[in-house]
Amino acid sequence: MTEKLVIIGNGMAPGRMLEHLFEQAPGRYQVTIFNAEPRVNYDRIMLSPVLSGEKAFEEIIIHGDGWYIANGITLYKGHRIVAIDRTAKTVTSDHGVTEPYDKLVIATGSVPFIIPVPGHDLPGVLTYRDLDDVQAMLLAAQSRAKAVVIGGGLLGLEAAAGLNAQGMDVTVLHVMPTLMERQLDPAAGYLLQRAVEQRGIKVITKANTQAITGVGKVEQVELADGTVIPATLVVMAVGIRPNSALAKQAGIAVNRGIVVDAGMRSNDPDIYALGECAEVNGMVYGLVAPLYEMARVAAHQLAGNEAAAFVHMDTPTKLKVTGIDLFSLGDFAEGEDRQEIVLRDAAAGVYKRLVLKDDRIIGTVLYGETGDGAWFNDLKKKQTDISEMRDTLIFGQSYQGGAPLDPMAAVAALPDDAEVCGCNGVCKGKITGAITGKGLTSLDDVRAHTKASASCGSCTGLVEKLMVLTIGDKYNPAAVQPMCGCTTHGHDEVRRLIMAKSLKTIPAVMQELEWTTSCGCAKCRPALNYYLVCDWPNEYADDYQSRFVNERVHANIQKDGTYSVVPRMWGGVTNAAELRAIADVVDKFEIPMVKVTGGQRIDMLGIRKQDLPAVWADLGQAGFVSGHAYAKGLRTVKTCVGSDWCRFGTQDSTGLGIRIEKFMWGSWTPAKVKMAVSGCPRNCAEATCKDVGVICVDSGYEIHFAGAAGLDIKGTEVLGLVKSEDEALEHIVALTQMYREQGRYLERIYKWAKRIGIPEIKRQIMDDAGKRKAYYERFVFSQKFAQVDPWSERVSGKDKHEFQPMASVGFAEAAE
Amino acid sequence: MNWIAIGTLSDIPRRGARCVDTPEGKIAVFRTADDQVYAIDDHCPHKGGPLSQGIVHGTAVTCPLHNWVISLETGKALGADDGAVRTIPVRIEGELLFIALEALASRAA
Repeated sequence: MTEKLVIIGNGMAPGRMLEHLFEQAPGRYQVTIFNAEPRVNYDRIMLSPVLSGEKAFEEIIIHGDGWYIANGITLYKGHRIVAIDRTAKTVTSDHGVTEPYDKLVIATGSVPFIIPVPGHDLPGVLTYRDLDDVQAMLLAAQSRAKAVVIGGGLLGLEAAAGLNAQGMDVTVLHVMPTLMERQLDPAAGYLLQRAVEQRGIKVITKANTQAITGVGKVEQVELADGTVIPATLVVMAVGIRPNSALAKQAGIAVNRGIVVDAGMRSNDPDIYALGECAEVNGMVYGLVAPLYEMARVAAHQLAGNEAAAFVHMDTPTKLKVTGIDLFSLGDFAEGEDRQEIVLRDAAAGVYKRLVLKDDRIIGTVLYGETGDGAWFNDLKKKQTDISEMRDTLIFGQSYQGGAPLDPMAAVAALPDDAEVCGCNGVCKGKITGAITGKGLTSLDDVRAHTKASASCGSCTGLVEKLMVLTIGDKYNPAAVQPMCGCTTHGHDEVRRLIMAKSLKTIPAVMQELEWTTSCGCAKCRPALNYYLVCDWPNEYADDYQSRFVNERVHANIQKDGTYSVVPRMWGGVTNAAELRAIADVVDKFEIPMVKVTGGQRIDMLGIRKQDLPAVWADLGQAGFVSGHAYAKGLRTVKTCVGSDWCRFGTQDSTGLGIRIEKFMWGSWTPAKVKMAVSGCPRNCAEATCKDVGVICVDSGYEIHFAGAAGLDIKGTEVLGLVKSEDEALEHIVALTQMYREQGRYLERIYKWAKRIGIPEIKRQIMDDAGKRKAYYERFVFSQKFAQVDPWSERVSGKDKHEFQPMASVGFAEAAE
Repeated sequence: MNWIAIGTLSDIPRRGARCVDTPEGKIAVFRTADDQVYAIDDHCPHKGGPLSQGIVHGTAVTCPLHNWVISLETGKALGADDGAVRTIPVRIEGELLFIALEALASRAA
């Protein structure tokens, strides 16, 4: 006698299960399926191509009506099961159909997660789950209006690409800093974002949706930072959760999903669960490969083979957006017992990363070129020892087996007409010809004569290899000190390429300049952060985690972990009210040490970190702002009393000092910048050992720079004499901006000046009014974004996490 | 193990750290770029610098006082330097973070 098999749900997993079952135990079961969706079984993975218009629904059907008839299946379309009676062994649908079962399979899939923000239930807010959603989106897309997709994961990006292909103006909101962060590391996330944006889709990361608003329908999405994005369609694709409510209601064990054993059996021996609603060994799954494995196991079990068991497997992730190739598999977190192999090809937009442990692949991220994904997956699955092919592993399967590839030999093998420099269209023969013909021995010579590697510079390595091949030892590579162990580029090269390639984030720099580590180090990250702050003042989002602690908490760390605080005293001038406020703060917070600094201000030392915001609040009440005594930026402008008081004073040196300080405070520089203005050549403000100094004379203002009084002692150089205060300010600002744009991180002005040459600096600042004006304008522009008092920001709550311990634990127990 | 809840993953910035006060001193809890979480004593083996204030890169932190680089996994100084700090077991359950403090547990018992 045939047994009655009832299946709740008609998705891909039960469909696959039935195929297996009919093969193994034909005729054993009489099958009835209840499908809440009013249609046959289709390939849900292919909904994205349907949305983008690349496929029609008919093309993604797995089992047509004929298949159900041929296999004697009763399919109830559009019937949702509302109750399972485990005693009577029946199920009942919302249309009142009750069906008895001998064996029941629950395959209810998952439900999309809805962020419970105000307005989430407005008409026009959709999820992305089934064909109905796709049809609703296609309908909305006809208006060619604006759409917002909330969620920058796999599903969200596919939805965004589909809507974009349908002509909508799409913005993706993603709460994390990089897209698809669960499958991709930040480097690959950056490339993905770039590719998505190149299609005209806007991406906003770190976007916290606060509300969806509109009258009667969706009109706009509001973010926590106040941004408002108009939209007539909002798609929520922030994740799914197993749809296990029905099982729970029937008293079946449910955790995150319906709890089943390795044989897909729930705690009721006649009830199985599979697909996205099932939880095996504490895991729930959403990708098709493990779901099909569940289907195979369940079919075996139903056919009487009780040995069949589900085993966990890692499944590669791929994005189904035409033209974007990415592949992610396994565990790609860093770790000490792990090694990584990174290959970046900036020109081709390729990023590959293999994570190895004990000479075996445990994780892979591929972007741009994913052809070897299957091979890497295979090596990982079989736990193949890769030590033999390690050197060429990252190049993929086609490089294995033959002789190890010698990069020199590869360059030597290039034909003469092979293009080496893509920017300037220079081929190999032209370069080698110039090297031998003109007797060139340095990279700069080759750049000058052939233009090869003179633009973006990404072919520099290739050109250098050509020089070695052509002239051997006579080639003397420019002794460029790399920034750090993460790169072969020097600081100047990095700065040049940031501008040349319009690189505006740290991941962008690391990808395009082919960094060899995935997240840099404590040397390169602060440098890159400065370069980006300087070069893109209105666009770059300062990365605080790449700043030294002093610049992150806006105070100076001391040897015992406490901090010192120095408020600004403009030009070194103070008054009774300010001094009283400082005295009160010192008393209130029991500050152990108060010290007058060399820069004419007052330092309070020994402040506990958690007290900093309160100290600043009190100082702020008295009108104080941060003195940036901790910053690679403008520190002090020291002055003497000048013509107001001094019988020798020639100009108002105090006034000019204050004016300079008020104009330039808040600006970030490669290294600290200290200034001084003296009212006469007696030089009481010691301006001639400062980074920038002014000596006032009867005829005007003598501007000095490039002094030092620290590790090195060096008198200043004279930049020139100007007549008015206005001119003095313009020249000083232009000089500082030139240094900001050209200095290497941590390089003081005197070292930069020595490298560039004093005459060159004089020429650009004193003689070339156009250049000077342009430097000045760029500084003024960047100050718009830099002149924000960091202390008052933090008093208002910014970066609260920096100042409070995360938790306090163990004290109660200890007291007992 | 005595697992003690200390907060959530999102309390700690990526490539950053937060402190947990305990009767035995501060513990620094780190979150890497790829959301791994580590806890070590907030006390550099060199001169006691607060490691929680350093720059986090990969699974290491550079001490803000004298640039020693400490592995978050082993607590050992990397490179030419020699020294180690105590590592504290961390457990992540969804968003929730727990650390294991055996010494405290035994004292309480």
